[in-house]
Order: sequence, then structure tokens, then C-alpha cells
Amino acid sequence: MKKKTGSMQVIKKVLKYLKKYWFLEVCSLLFAAASVVLTLYLPILIGQAVDMIIEPGSVYFESIIKLLGKMGIVIVATALLQWLMNTCNNKITYNVVRDIRRRAFEHIERLSLKYLDGHPSGDILSRIVADVDQFSDGLLMGFTQFFTGVMTIFGTLIFMVRINVKITLVVVLITPLSLFVAAFISKRTYDMFKLQSETRGEMTSHIDEMIGNQKVVQAFGYEREAQETFDEINGRLEKCSLRAIFFSSLTNPTTRFVNSVVYAGVGITGALSAMNGGISIGQLTSFLSYANQYTKPFNEISGVITELQNALSCAARVFELIEEEPQIPDAKDAKVLSEADGHVAIAHVDFSYRPDVSLIEDLNLDVKPGQRIAIVGPTGCGKSTVINLLMRFYDVDSGSISVDGTDIRQMTRKSLRENYGMVLQETWLRAGTIRDNIMFVKPDATEEEMIQAAKDAHAHSFIRRLPDGYDTVIGEDGGNLSQGQKQLLCIARVMLCLPPMLILDEATSSIDTRTEIKIQKAFAKMMEGRTSFIVAHRLSTIKEADRILVMRDGKIIEQGSHEELLEMKGFYSELYNSQFAVQ
Amino acid sequence: MKSLLKYLGKYKKESVLGPLFKLLEASFELLIPIVVARIVDVGIKSRDMNYILKMGGLMVLLGLIGLACSVTAQYFAAKAAVGFATGLRHDLFKHIQKLSYTEMDKVGTSTLITRMTSDVNQVQSGVNLVLRLFLRSPFIVFGAMIMAFTINVKAALVFVVAIPALSVVVFGVMIASIPMYRKVQARLDKVMQSARENLTGVRVIRAFNKEEDEKRKFEDANQLLVKQQVFVGKISALMNPLTYIIINGAIIALIWTGAWQVEGGIITQGEVMALVNYMSQILVELVKLANLIINITKSLACAKRIAGVFEIESSIQEHEKAVSKGGHDTEAYIEFDHVSFAYSGSREDALTDINLKVKKGQTIGIIGGTGSGKSTLVNLIPRFYDITSGSLKIDGTEVSDYQLEALRKKVGVVPQKAVLFKGTIEENLCWGKKDATEEEMITALQASQALEFVREKKDGLQTVITQGGQNLSGGQRQRLTIARALIRRPEILILDDSASALDYATDAKLRSAIAHLDENMTVFIVSQRAASIWHSDQIVVLDDGEVAGIGTHEQLLHSCSVYQEIYYSQFPKEGGAQ
Repeated sequence: MKKKTGSMQVIKKVLKYLKKYWFLEVCSLLFAAASVVLTLYLPILIGQAVDMIIEPGSVYFESIIKLLGKMGIVIVATALLQWLMNTCNNKITYNVVRDIRRRAFEHIERLSLKYLDGHPSGDILSRIVADVDQFSDGLLMGFTQFFTGVMTIFGTLIFMVRINVKITLVVVLITPLSLFVAAFISKRTYDMFKLQSETRGEMTSHIDEMIGNQKVVQAFGYEREAQETFDEINGRLEKCSLRAIFFSSLTNPTTRFVNSVVYAGVGITGALSAMNGGISIGQLTSFLSYANQYTKPFNEISGVITELQNALSCAARVFELIEEEPQIPDAKDAKVLSEADGHVAIAHVDFSYRPDVSLIEDLNLDVKPGQRIAIVGPTGCGKSTVINLLMRFYDVDSGSISVDGTDIRQMTRKSLRENYGMVLQETWLRAGTIRDNIMFVKPDATEEEMIQAAKDAHAHSFIRRLPDGYDTVIGEDGGNLSQGQKQLLCIARVMLCLPPMLILDEATSSIDTRTEIKIQKAFAKMMEGRTSFIVAHRLSTIKEADRILVMRDGKIIEQGSHEELLEMKGFYSELYNSQFAVQ
Repeated sequence: MKSLLKYLGKYKKESVLGPLFKLLEASFELLIPIVVARIVDVGIKSRDMNYILKMGGLMVLLGLIGLACSVTAQYFAAKAAVGFATGLRHDLFKHIQKLSYTEMDKVGTSTLITRMTSDVNQVQSGVNLVLRLFLRSPFIVFGAMIMAFTINVKAALVFVVAIPALSVVVFGVMIASIPMYRKVQARLDKVMQSARENLTGVRVIRAFNKEEDEKRKFEDANQLLVKQQVFVGKISALMNPLTYIIINGAIIALIWTGAWQVEGGIITQGEVMALVNYMSQILVELVKLANLIINITKSLACAKRIAGVFEIESSIQEHEKAVSKGGHDTEAYIEFDHVSFAYSGSREDALTDINLKVKKGQTIGIIGGTGSGKSTLVNLIPRFYDITSGSLKIDGTEVSDYQLEALRKKVGVVPQKAVLFKGTIEENLCWGKKDATEEEMITALQASQALEFVREKKDGLQTVITQGGQNLSGGQRQRLTIARALIRRPEILILDDSASALDYATDAKLRSAIAHLDENMTVFIVSQRAASIWHSDQIVVLDDGEVAGIGTHEQLLHSCSVYQEIYYSQFPKEGGAQ
């Protein structure tokens, strides 16, 4: 019951998207109705023509010509109507789908990071790509086949009843048999298909493991065992596939057989009543062709219904995404932060990702303009979380963070973020040229500016060595570049725009220590006069910071300069000295 | 691609009988209109109720025989297709397993996996369809025409015109729309890419305030997609109306010629009906044939891709006189002599002129920047890659003269990526040595500093590891992979940056335990951390694929500038380590 109201709601939402195209929809329905009526009228005309051809001497050419002329008009009109209907349906479907996709994408841009971090991107992606696609297939099929199918069934019934009730009964009584047979077979084969797809899944995961890690497999000479396991699964798959394929392929012949029984039934009853003059031979012809078509829409509709159900559940998944609560919009009177001085204050901030696990509690920090703040601590201590809060990717649970004396919730996100330059551990590059990627932030930068930024980031030399230099196309997510090279590009990207405040979150973690030393110099230059936050696990990279915050379990447990902290002989000095532990 | 046909060879009987029975069924179907004509011309005209019932019974009987034939055909077709796929998969898996690192790098594992799974499935259903339908549809089309000829030659000429016309429309629309559908797919990929970039790069995009630009970009891709879809839709929407016109136009022509023939006393009214019926049968079959051809094209493309995999030859081959044991008593146990190596397809050498002599039982540290060739160097020892020039000997015998299995038995490799397999910890350890005793396992775990956490697990050695080892931490995984290599007591142990997730103290304990495990074991340690290698007997410093220095820590600190740079970046002078 609950499920039903659920799908009703989904239908309602789909209708909302459909509303915009009501005119096309009305047209489509009219075209469909007209073409169905004409399609059904044609067998009658053919029957009437056959009635005019009885035997030598009783062939009535005049009437035949008239009928054939009529038929010609009906045929051309039907074809035209069909084409118009299809074109309308195409337009409606693809436009609706585009609207939904657009809506979904726009919504993603508004969703909070909390949602996006908490949901695998593959899942969200499959919603706006695969699910929407599946939905469009279903919608299109629904439009083209569902209405015409239903109309054909009723239309055929009406036409048949008008000719002869008895024969109609024969058709109506026997045809359900084919539906029963089809349902019976598909119910029986369901388990076989399930077994088949489970076995396939098992095989895929075996292949995935063995081929995916072939280097290890070869290193340990495990090929033979891998093959044995594979063959065992392969053998099982052969057996269950054979059963699934064979039994499911019975549907077609058996329904065809039922159809031929219907056909024979109509043939016999029709012929008998024609013998007694109940109907003419032409009418028998019409009947036979109706009998041939009558089962077709049934089979189609049952196919369409599964397709539609599938489409609705896909739509539901898309709508779920669209209706997800977006991030809190900027306040109406939000201020615009222009060129910040870089005075950042964190006061009594509490924050946690999950309500049941507290993370940051009562965090306090006052950063003067131009100070360099380093944050260190073990994995999971909340280092990157602080960055998330500073950039307002997440909102604090309580307390406040302010820049230049204004709470960051009182200013527009855009202006806040414009004042930060950021390099993250996860290097994100887009498919395109190296140039596109560096200029991502500042599309109007000059060639000189761009090359200078690359040089500052020590990326220039490796870029020059690439086949097409700055015009080298890199694949999605950096493709063929090494992790370190990707990081250098991300650094170059920030070097190009240099806002008043900087955030470096494990920015050099994948770069070897020699190159890092060089970049450190560039960073030092970059950080001059800019408030900077540096998160790092390599302690050698942060010693120059004005103040080092040592975090543990969401709290700042020690802070001070490198020397001060070493003297404290606390957690920091322990951490620092553990680097030099020797045998 | 023909090479794949051999997998059908085992099912010759099925491959012939399947289509044959299908044809038989089709023949019975072609008889129906004739029977109907008889009912009209004989039964109704002479008011013979018995005849009508007999003919009706005959129709049901024909249907039944058709059913029996068809079921038999489906069985043979399914059996042949499934058997075909099973044989194909077996050989494909075997073949892929033989490919060396070079080919794996080039082709990529994900493509190989798709080939093995969805491509093979597609080919299987293609084979099944071909066996079932490929002969049947043309047979009915031409059969209907031939039946028409037996009724009346003049009327049959309508078929001679209509069939080519229909074929032109059906196949024309299909041929025109297939490449366009491919274009639709390409545009859908663009939409997908745009969306994916936005999800993976959400922080960067928001940090740089690029949301509006991204929306515009996505909308462009979205719009392009819809345009193409509507365009293709318009063309494929032509198929139904056009075929409808041709078929029914042909029916008009049939009735007209039929009328004249009846008037001339050449054919009967029932035969006119039969002609009309034959015409209707043709359309259904042509549409089926068109769909079938789409499917076959897809399957052929998949088959081509699979055949492509079979064409990849492993570049690492065992030659016929390969030995299982090396010569002995050479001064150097492992010797690199002017070894150079370039990855296939790369212009530049990854390693240039490496010379290195290693004595049995020595520990060799290898250090250098990212991309300096550290991993490449150790991958040459178990012959994961073949050297391009120079010579690489173990025990006085060229690596390439060893039987692969024998060579790899000598070597225990712990790769950079800590890979574990689905199964228990014990099963994973047994990868190293199939018949390992519990004692051996414990020794190995102890040395790899893993015993403690394994003991802490409720099920100990029987703890189940999920695929990819997701239920263990990175450090735990690394220690288990080390144990897996240690358990085989290899002559040569290679640790390829495999302790990176361990803290410095555990790393140190691990190294000491390994050193004490077996003094004859030669150990290679690849690392970025100076602390991990500075106690090695020899340290090889690599820079951009070339040896920048070989020696002990003290020697290198004295003479090798690259080493100094690395060392001091990690242990600043005033840090006062040691």
C-alpha cells in the first residue's frame, strides 16, 4: 500500500515535468487515437474488397476501385499520423529528460558537501546519467506503445463485436491463454535467471580479483589455481545459463502456438458462420487479421508495464536526489568580503560529521593577518575538518568563525572563497589541455602569467617535456600524469591567482622530497604577507610556520613555534622524534 | 575473428540441427494461409462442415508440430551458444593470465575484464540469435514469395517489387541511424563526464566559485545531447510509417491484380486472401531481421574485441632450453651489467646503464625521487619486464634463461599496492606457500610485525578478509603482504616501498626481524625514506633512471650530492639525528 502511494507520488512529480509540454502531449494522444482507428479500419476495407471478388463474372471492379482509393487515403493518413505521433513523443521525452537532468545537475551544485561526501559519487552519477536514461526509454515506450496498445485492444474489440459477437467471444476467451503461458514461463525462469546473474557476479568478482591483480598472481605463480577456480565457476555458469536461456526462449514458440490456436478457432467458427451466411468471406478476412493482431498489444503492454515500473523506480531515485535538502542559502543581507586583511578568528567552535561521534569541541584560534599556521596531528584528528570549516564547506554546529571581524555565515560564500587559494591533497584536474587546467581559475590570464605560474610551481620543466607542451591533452582526472605531477599542476593553478589567504592541505604529499624543497621556496614566497593554513604530515615541511597547532581527537592540545613545541617535550616532540627512530 | 568459430566446432551437430528445425517450423507457418484459402474455397463454398473442421484441426496440428520443432531448435541453439561461450571464456582467461606486465600496462585491466564478461555475454547471445533466427527470417520472406508464385505468377510480381522496397526502407533507416546512435552515446558520455568532474572536483569548483560556469558547461552538453536524440528519433520514426505504406500499398496492388485474375478464372477468392496474408507475414519478419542485424553487429564488434585480446602475445616467453637452476659459485649472486630498460611505447629509457653486483645475503637499499626508476629496477629481477639491453644474471645465469616458475619461486615480492584476496588470512598466506604449516605462518607473521593484530582478531588466522582487504587498515594490509612473501622463504625478497603506511618504529622493527630471519636471504628495499635504507649493505641512489651513486650510507653522504639532498631534506642538519 505504501509502495503504491509512493509510485503515485512519483507519477505526480513526473506529471509536473510533463505539464510544460501539454500541447505536444494532447497532439500526441489525438494522433495516436486517430491512427489506431484508421489502422483498425483498414482490415474492414480489405474485407469489403475481398467481398467484391467472388468468382469469374462476379468481380465488381467499380466498387473495388472506390474501395482501393479509400484504402490508399487511409494508408497514407495512418502513416502520416504515426510519424507525427512518434515525432511528438520524441520531443516530449527528450525535453523532459533534459529538464530533469538540468534540474538534477543544478541541484548538485547547491547540495551541501555533507551530502556529497556522504554519498559515493558513482551512485549520484548513475542517478543523473543511467537512471535518467532508463527513465527516458520507459517514458518513450510508454507514450508510443502504452496508449496505442490500450486503444488497439479496445478498438479491435469494438470492431469485432460490430461484425460478429460469437467469433469475438472465441478470440476473447482464448487469447488470455497466451498471457498465462507467458506469465507462467517468466515466473518459472525468474529463479534460473537469478541463479545465472549470481553466478555471473561470482565470476566477475573472481576475474576482477585475479586479472585486476595479475601482477601479484604472477609473482606468486598462482595462475593454475586461479584457472581451476575459474573453470569451476565457468562450468556452473554453463549449466545454469543453458537452463535460463532455454526455458525463457520457450515463451515465443508457446505464445505463437496459442496464437495459432486462436487463429484456427476464428477460422473454424468464422467459416461455419460464413457457411450459414452469418458473415461474408470478406468479414472473415477482417476477422482473421484482427485475430492475428489482437494478442500483439497484450504482449507489448506487459512488456511496457515492466519497463514503466522500472522507469518509475529510476525516476524516484532521481527525484530523491533533486529533493535532497540543499545547503543553507546565503543570507539575504549577506556581506561581500572584498580583499580580506586575513584576520581569522575561530571561537568556541563545535563540529562533528555525525551527531553520535563528536569531533571538534570548543576550538579557539586567533590568526593575525599574514600569519602562517600549520596544523599537524595523527590521521583522523580533524586537521582537514578545520579546513572544511574555514572554507565553509561545512557549517559549524556552534560557535563562530569570522574573517576580518565578520562571521563567515554573514557573508556570501562566493566572496569568502574568492579570498582563499587552495591546494588539496586530492588532485583534481579536468579532461582538457594543461593550459585549460592552469587557467581554470583565471580564464583571462595571459600566456606569460600562466607560464610564470607554472615555473613558480616547478611544473614548467616537466610540462615542456610532454609531447605537446602546454597543449598536451590530459585525460579525465589527470589520466597519464603521475600523482606528483598532478599536484604540481594544482599548485600552478593557485600560483596564478593568489588570493589574500591560502590553504595548503597536504599539498606536497605525493611529491618527492627533493622537488618539495624547491616548491617550499615558492610556497614561502607565495605566503609572504598572506594568512596561510598548512596541513601536513611531513613535519619537515611545516617547521617554518609562525605557529604550529597540534591536534588530537578534535582538540588543539599544543601550540607554538617549532622550537617552543620541542622544548615542551609533549606530543609534538614525540611525533617529531619518531621520524628518526632507528634499528 | 574467424578464430573464434572453433569454439562452435565442438557443437557442430547442434549448430546444424538448431537452424534446421527452425526452418522446419517456418515451413509449417507458411502453409497456414493455404489452409485458410482451402477453407474458403472448398469448405465454405461447398458448405462442407466436416471439411472445415478437418482443416481447422490441421491448423492446430501444424501449430503443434511447429511448437515441437521450435522447442527443439531453441534447445540446440542454447546449448551451442552456451557451450561456445564457456569454451571461449576458459581460453580467454588462460590467455590473459599469460600476459606479462608490459601487456597488462598497455591494455589495462578494466578493458580485459569487460572483454571477459560483458563482451563474451554479448557474443553468446549473438550466437544464440543467429542460430535461431538468422535463417528463419529470410526463409519466411522468400518462402512467402515462392508460395505466392505457386498461387499466381502475376500477383507474385507484386512481391518481387515490394520485398526489395521494404528491405531498402528497413535496412536504410537502420544503416542511417546506427552511426547516429553512436553519436548520441558519445554525447551522453560528455554529459556523464561533465557530471563526474563536478562530483570529484566539488571542493575545487566551490573553492574557486565556478558553479555557474559549470552549470553552463553541463547545459551545453545536455542541449547537444537532446538535439542529437531528437534528430535520430525523427529518422528512426520514419521506419514504421514507411513500411506501413509499402506493405499496404502492395496489398492494394494484390487486390487489384487478384481481382483481374479471379475475373479471368485463374485464381479463387480464397487464394486472394492467402496472397494478402503472405504479404502481412513478410513485414513482421523483416522487422525481426533488422533487429537481429543490429544485435549481430553489436556481437560482431564484441567478437572482434575478444579476438583482439587473443592476438596480444605475451612479450615474456620461456625459451625451450630454459633451466630451473642457475650456475653456481659466481662471485656476485645477482649482477646487473650495463642494464637499460625502456617501457614499451616509450621513447626514453626508464633505466639507463645500471651496473650492480649483489652478494648473497646482502641487503640493498634503493632510493630516489618519484619516477626515478626504483620500482622498475626491482621489477626486472623476477622478469616482470624484459631488459632492453645489457645482462641481468642470478646465480650466473641470465634471468631470461630461467623457467619462469622456477625464477619466480626464488623471489618474494611485496608490491607497492598492498593487495589481498577474498578469503581468510590463512588462505592469503598460503598464496606464498601452498602447504604452509601453522608454525611457518606464525613465524612469518611475527617477522612482518603482523602477529599481534592477527592474534587480536576474534578469529585469528581464520579472519575473513573482504575483497581488496577493505576491513583492514593500510598498515595491516601491508604487513600481511609482507608475511605472504616471507612465508615462502624466498632467496630474494623485494620490498617495493611496502612499509610506507607503517610508522617509523614498526618499520625499524620489521627490518630488523627480516634481517634475523634468514641470513642467506638477499633483500631489496625500495623506499623514499632515508631512515628505511640507511643500514643497508649497499645503497643505490637513482636519479632519473640513472645511478647517481652506489655505496654505504657514510660513503654516499660523503660523495653523492643527490643522496645528500634527499637525506638532509628528511633530516635537517640541525635536527641532529643519530
